[in-house]
Amino acid sequence: MYDILRAEKLAENIYLFDVKAPLVSRKCLPGQFVIVKTDEKSERIPLTICDYDREKETVTLVVQVVGASSFRMAQLKTGEAFADIVGPLGRASEFISEDPETLSKKKVLFVAGGLGTAPVYPQVKWFHENGFHADAIVGAKTKDLVIMEKEMSEVAENLYITTDDGTYGRHGMVTQVISDLVAEGKQYDACVAIGPMIMMKFVCKLTKELGIPTIVSMNPIMVDGTGMCGACRLTVDGQVKFACVDGPEFDGHKVDFDEAMKRSAMYKTEEGRAFLAAKEGDTHHGGCGNCGGDK
Amino acid sequence: MDVLHKVPVREQDPKVRAHNFEEVCYGYNAEEAVEEAQRCLGCKNARCMQGCPVAINIPEFIAKIKDGDFEGAYYVISEASSLPAVCGRVCPQECQCEGKCVRGVKGEPVAIGKLERFVADWAREHGIVPKKAEKMNGHKVAVIGSGPAGLSCAGDLAKLGYSVTIFEALHEPGGVLTYGIPEFRLPKSAVVQKEIDNVRALGVEIVCNAIIGKSITIDELMADGYEAVFIGSGAGLPKFMGIPGEQANGVFSANEYLTRSNLMKAFKEDYATPIAAGKKVAVVGGGNVAMDAARTALRLGAEVYIVYRRGEEELPARVEEVHHAKEEGIIFKLLTNPTEILVDDKGWVAGMKCVEMELGEPDESGRRRPVVKPNSEFVLDVDTVIMSLGTSPNPLISSTTEGLETSKWKCIIASEENGQTSKEGVFAGGDAVTGAATVILAMEAGRAGARGIHEYLQNK
Repeated sequence: MYDILRAEKLAENIYLFDVKAPLVSRKCLPGQFVIVKTDEKSERIPLTICDYDREKETVTLVVQVVGASSFRMAQLKTGEAFADIVGPLGRASEFISEDPETLSKKKVLFVAGGLGTAPVYPQVKWFHENGFHADAIVGAKTKDLVIMEKEMSEVAENLYITTDDGTYGRHGMVTQVISDLVAEGKQYDACVAIGPMIMMKFVCKLTKELGIPTIVSMNPIMVDGTGMCGACRLTVDGQVKFACVDGPEFDGHKVDFDEAMKRSAMYKTEEGRAFLAAKEGDTHHGGCGNCGGDK
Repeated sequence: MDVLHKVPVREQDPKVRAHNFEEVCYGYNAEEAVEEAQRCLGCKNARCMQGCPVAINIPEFIAKIKDGDFEGAYYVISEASSLPAVCGRVCPQECQCEGKCVRGVKGEPVAIGKLERFVADWAREHGIVPKKAEKMNGHKVAVIGSGPAGLSCAGDLAKLGYSVTIFEALHEPGGVLTYGIPEFRLPKSAVVQKEIDNVRALGVEIVCNAIIGKSITIDELMADGYEAVFIGSGAGLPKFMGIPGEQANGVFSANEYLTRSNLMKAFKEDYATPIAAGKKVAVVGGGNVAMDAARTALRLGAEVYIVYRRGEEELPARVEEVHHAKEEGIIFKLLTNPTEILVDDKGWVAGMKCVEMELGEPDESGRRRPVVKPNSEFVLDVDTVIMSLGTSPNPLISSTTEGLETSKWKCIIASEENGQTSKEGVFAGGDAVTGAATVILAMEAGRAGARGIHEYLQNK
């Protein structure tokens, strides 16, 4: 069992857990993920690691409630435990192995959408702790759904918050902010975008036009997460890749997002749900690209 | 007694079992087992033993059954096999022990597999467990993966007095016995878990949720006091055909389909993992895994086709599995090869375009090469396609272990005789070395690895 040392509600339907997981916390790096299983009968769900403490042997996970499985997870309280956590899985972000000299000269822009703020945070924090500079844009539907603002402001050189409805920070989508910053004369050598697939798709469309290389973190459906089942396959640059072992981060300008969104909708579309309703009930846990529940 | 034929084994009615996940074969009872055992000639030069990858003393255990000493028979088997209840169920006996049986020259061979299963089941029902080493030898060994290779390696080492820890990446031990082979062929709680408990009873510790290469590296294990490591990490990434439409919703690897059903128990209502079972399912491939996927889909309510590009004789699956699949109503589309998966506007499978094949000249594998029959294209009306084409090796261990050599197919290179790899103290066996093969061959490699580790640590 994996003890929950802190369970906290960050926003409506968004929950944070600090979990004791020594095998993960000792080794994990920004960009990696874990597979979590709430109890005996639950699904295995991939969650990007949002923070870690090597001394306390904990990892921080953030979950958004979008269906039965994440709802079940959100019920867990401090002092309770997850049945299973395995990781760290996937490859760490590429800049971790990049030459520090080269990286120090780079201006990197992180773009987080909704729950994507959670996986973006450890990356920006890593930049900050290693003396590199990064700006961050955090976008949310509305003010109440902006998460981890304080933590982000402590590690990002410049933090730009934006809400779709203009209730907080700038008004508009993250793509609007990117365009505005570039128009204001900001120059970026690289971009990392994490959030709902539809957001990543449009960020990539824009950064391609702007000529900014962009990394995205894909969160497709997974079962084992260790390179066995192939459920997480996606097409990158015309080739089949497995997000769990080849990713989860890929060159965003080469990812086939339309295909990835269709695949993520596998158990989520009307047809899919109707097809499965009789057997499984509502099992939606994000990843459809429509509900905003990704990441 | 009809000496030319096996004592028939009782099975669940095909029409009934096509709709449930209960075990197909009931196995022998004591009376039937003794009767079948009497067919054994007790050959001095036992050819059956040469056919057994783990070299069970077959005439001796069968002689014990004849005498009604089932407990004694169990101890004979457990000297060589850590998983007799599993092997009795899933070994391809027709081309191993039974294939060599002298009885088979004229008539049917002795039902060695069914006898092994009887002994293992009897022992389990009577609370008999294998004998633990009398004294530990103080050496620590790590085993990676708790599938057939890892369990048999760990079991053998534990019997020799080693302290063995198995590291398993998934949340439950058993490897392919747990995630791959279906309940109706290999019951999980009644058989697999009990066999694993028996390995634990030998003193083996199993740590789940520990993925070697990620959570811990092999070098870290060795720095942590493990004097030798056995890699039995199993098969890897599923292969796909590379035809158009394979990324459509409703196209699965057999591994995914079976993992959802077996490990995650998607077939049970109270488990949360979903499975898009399909109404009309094509399983592409002809091996045991293809049969398992097809028979699982059938039990989940689908009409199921096996699509295989060669003929009946070339089917790599065990004869018994093909026979059971046919009895249950699986439709075999042999000499048929898919060329494209048709996709509807929502991204789901809408059918599978195929061509008919005919067999030409033998190829390098010695099997006759299938060639396309001209103008034979047709569309198979299916909504789900399960690709069962084998796997390619998982890179997690080889890419994180310095000095571990792999072949051009990215399989770990290891000696067949003792499992030794290119890295000192590191041994390997099973699918991670050979690519996808059978449970018993993985067990053989696990035993070889245990011998290799024992020799290595004795001489160190």
